[in-house]
Amino acid sequence: MELLRLENITVSFKFPEGEITVLDNINFTVNEGDFIALLGPSGSGKSTILRIIAGLLKPNKGKVYYKGKEIKGVNPGVAMVFQNFALFPWLTVLENVELGLKAKGVPPEERRERAIKAIDLIGLDGFENAYPKELSGGMRQRVGFARALVMDPDILLLDEPFSALDVLTAENLRNDLIELWIEKRIPTKAIILVTHSIEEAVYMADRVLLLSKDPGRIIKEVKITLPHWRDKKSQEFLDIVDEIYGVLTGKPVERISAKEKKPLHIPQASVGSITGLVELVNDLEGKADIYKLGEELLMDVEDLLPIIEACEILGFAEIREGDIILTEAGREFAEADVLERKEIFKKLAIEKVPFLKQIVKLLQSKSNHKMPRSFFLDLLKQHLSPQEAEKELDILIDWGRYAELFEYDDDRDELYLPETSELLVNVQKQEE
Amino acid sequence: MSRVIWSPTRYRRFSLGDIIILLFIGSIIYAISSLNTIYSKPTEVISLDLSPQKLPLYSLFSLLRMILAYFISLIFTIVYAYTAAYKKSLEKILIPLLDILQSIPVLSFLPPVFMAVISMFPGSKLGLEITSIILIFTGQVWNMVFSFYQSLISIPRDLKEAAQLFKLNPWQRFWYLELPYSAIGLIWNSMMSWAGGWFFLMACEMFTLTNQNFVLPGLGSYLSFAALKGDLLKIFYGLFALITVIILLDQLVWRPLLSWSQKFKVEYVQAEEYYESKVLLWYRRSRIFDLLYKKIILPLRERLEILFISYYDKKEKQEIKTSKISKLLNLIVSTILIFLVLRGFIGLLKLIINLPLNMWKDIIYSAFLTLLRVTAAVLIALSWTLPLGVRIGMNPKLSKVIQPIVQIVASVPATAIFPVIVMYLINLPGGLNIASIVLMLLGTQWYLLFNIIAGGMSIPNDLIEISELLKLSKIDKWKILIIPSILPFLVTGGITAMGGAFNASIVSEYIEFHNQIYKIKGLGALITEASSKGNNSLLAASTLVMALMVVTINRLFWKRLFKKSEELLS
Repeated sequence: MELLRLENITVSFKFPEGEITVLDNINFTVNEGDFIALLGPSGSGKSTILRIIAGLLKPNKGKVYYKGKEIKGVNPGVAMVFQNFALFPWLTVLENVELGLKAKGVPPEERRERAIKAIDLIGLDGFENAYPKELSGGMRQRVGFARALVMDPDILLLDEPFSALDVLTAENLRNDLIELWIEKRIPTKAIILVTHSIEEAVYMADRVLLLSKDPGRIIKEVKITLPHWRDKKSQEFLDIVDEIYGVLTGKPVERISAKEKKPLHIPQASVGSITGLVELVNDLEGKADIYKLGEELLMDVEDLLPIIEACEILGFAEIREGDIILTEAGREFAEADVLERKEIFKKLAIEKVPFLKQIVKLLQSKSNHKMPRSFFLDLLKQHLSPQEAEKELDILIDWGRYAELFEYDDDRDELYLPETSELLVNVQKQEE
Repeated sequence: MSRVIWSPTRYRRFSLGDIIILLFIGSIIYAISSLNTIYSKPTEVISLDLSPQKLPLYSLFSLLRMILAYFISLIFTIVYAYTAAYKKSLEKILIPLLDILQSIPVLSFLPPVFMAVISMFPGSKLGLEITSIILIFTGQVWNMVFSFYQSLISIPRDLKEAAQLFKLNPWQRFWYLELPYSAIGLIWNSMMSWAGGWFFLMACEMFTLTNQNFVLPGLGSYLSFAALKGDLLKIFYGLFALITVIILLDQLVWRPLLSWSQKFKVEYVQAEEYYESKVLLWYRRSRIFDLLYKKIILPLRERLEILFISYYDKKEKQEIKTSKISKLLNLIVSTILIFLVLRGFIGLLKLIINLPLNMWKDIIYSAFLTLLRVTAAVLIALSWTLPLGVRIGMNPKLSKVIQPIVQIVASVPATAIFPVIVMYLINLPGGLNIASIVLMLLGTQWYLLFNIIAGGMSIPNDLIEISELLKLSKIDKWKILIIPSILPFLVTGGITAMGGAFNASIVSEYIEFHNQIYKIKGLGALITEASSKGNNSLLAASTLVMALMVVTINRLFWKRLFKKSEELLS
């Protein structure tokens, strides 16, 4: 039976420089018994979708239907668990859990009884009178769950509820939730989980919706038919994880080829992390599975992908079927000493990142070899949002400084060429 | 299934807390009944009984005025800050307006307030009381509004979303989210407001208007009167009473409140600094509080909540209809507000347009002199608070000992000691100039000191350790570590201190002592004189100049410095 339907949801923000589309035409239906995971890199708008379902945000276009009726204002059938708990620090555990019932006007005795039941259910008995700051992170999130469950929602919305917890605590809480869900000890009819952990999505959900970013679109839906409890080491499990990785990492490869024509954008990866990754892959015989790499480094895809992308742009590595493979240049870079590395990096950066070359050229053309940061920022803003432009320029400056292409004066916010003219000669040579 | 929930602090015995509460209630009843008899006396007599036996009663009168003014401030704060935070269209008017209102000294409000109140209560002493209370109110309300507004707009997004999802109605949102979130800031600012209230109490209980003297029985007027007569002994009596009241309030009200308000901290980590208060424990064990809470507050709250739930339920159903009405209402309110601002502006223009040019020259010259004095006061304050504040802040043991002492010393209003200081300085060459700067200093150095201590505390320990390992010289340590770390705190303290010093100029440049008027050229003296002589044009013009000067200095100097320091740290 259909519980919830999203129709053509589109969200965009207007800036003076133009419009940025966060969500582009999102459509899906949630049926009774569904456990859905929304999976995607940051900036894919997955939390935005959750807030639209809850009725906290209004989309620019499109409608949300709950039990066939269009929702206006807050959705009456949902409760939400937040990433950073969002507990009221001045209320005790019991008062926090009671709050939603209070707002509905439930009388005191019934309120207390239901709250204590929810607290027991989630394993918090004995902590009724504690304040959130006296609890550990895992316990706090249990309060977050109790507070949502006490409302007996049809749909439980989970906004990355495990990402602020340490590994073991998160695992524990995940299993407790699955137990409540599959044993039907809670009247909840559907769960929607926002996450950026592929493993978490495959472990918990029955349907995984994969989202792309810029703009956020549903690029694929993966059904998971494995029965609970799922074995994370089983071949079937790993196959599904690999498949999803393929879809998510396949994306950047396409994007890079497109970037060759529109060269302004470079990924958010500092020189330090690029060097680190190249060294690591070189130690692993020049080839590594991205998924395993992420696991080893305890990094999420969304943090790892920009670094891999940067390696690709600079020509240090290639991506093939979920593996990262070092190129000749990459191997050379990994084995070089500090000064040689700078040389290699400089050569490749000038060659592959046209905007860096443009910066150097502009600085050369000025008689005092100086240019304010804001000038380059304005250039970038023609293609990017103000925040993105800031980040982008920070990374460009990081690369440029490392490669000794130019210097940066933090106090005056200026880019400038150092006194030695050796650098100019080098760049000119390369142009010839 | 029900569970007994045990709570350790609720004892069911009569405790010290009960006695304090009963004493307080009793004295208030006594004060109110005594006030009545004084009202019935004719109003023309300008005299005050200076016998020390009267002091407890006078203290109660002053306290009562302060309490009333404070509650008016609280209500005004909530209404004003709420409107500014939630009505985007009004925010653009209300916040800059607040900036200006804050920089207007208390006495400039006197003539308009007096006219308005007296026309409502002609010939009655009640009118005078109301005038005095409103004057105190204008001295203490603005920073509370700022604090509450700042809190309201900085409530974390996820807490707001949680409240929205639970469908807390506005009444519940206020009690469960907005007020608790703002509590700590509001309590700190209330303490500051009370200190400001005591500072200007002398000016608020005894004032001259159109060459007529008005006196209200109270601690402030006792001190003013004693100073006027030059009776040193009486000044000390008054001072003693005042300091006793301030210390009692600090121990019985503010400390317990501060300690209690720790639970409203939003950070999930346990705080290091903790305000302990034994008195709070007494109150917690108090039987009266317990009864009050269980038999009255709790059921009342429950009732009110049910009432509001059904009210907002109904309202939601009619929302489509009412939204038009509320839009209209909004429009009306904004129009009235804009009209009032315009009307005030035109009135002001009319007043000052008649002022001759050489008067303006005089005002500008006076403003320049006052600016010099204020700058001198701030620089002197800086020269001793900076080294001491940093030392206290960076040494937790020292700060634990010194902080409470400094807080008490700081809460003694400088205006009360001022006559004594004047007495010694008056015969020196340039004595009044020095006295004036000393009063500004006494009134405002604490803002700097407290902020610098807070800044010193905020310097990360690892940075201190590194600078020690590097064996940085003393000068380098200040240049590299200390100054950049405390700069934002320094700026906050500087803004408050400078604004305070400007306001204090009205009492520091114009003094009545020993039946004689001592004044020096300055904007503050100009305002006080204009106010007492009823020269409204001069009053309006000099107030305008002062407000403009304060706002301009804040905008051009302090706020830029603040921005710079924020960039430095980020």
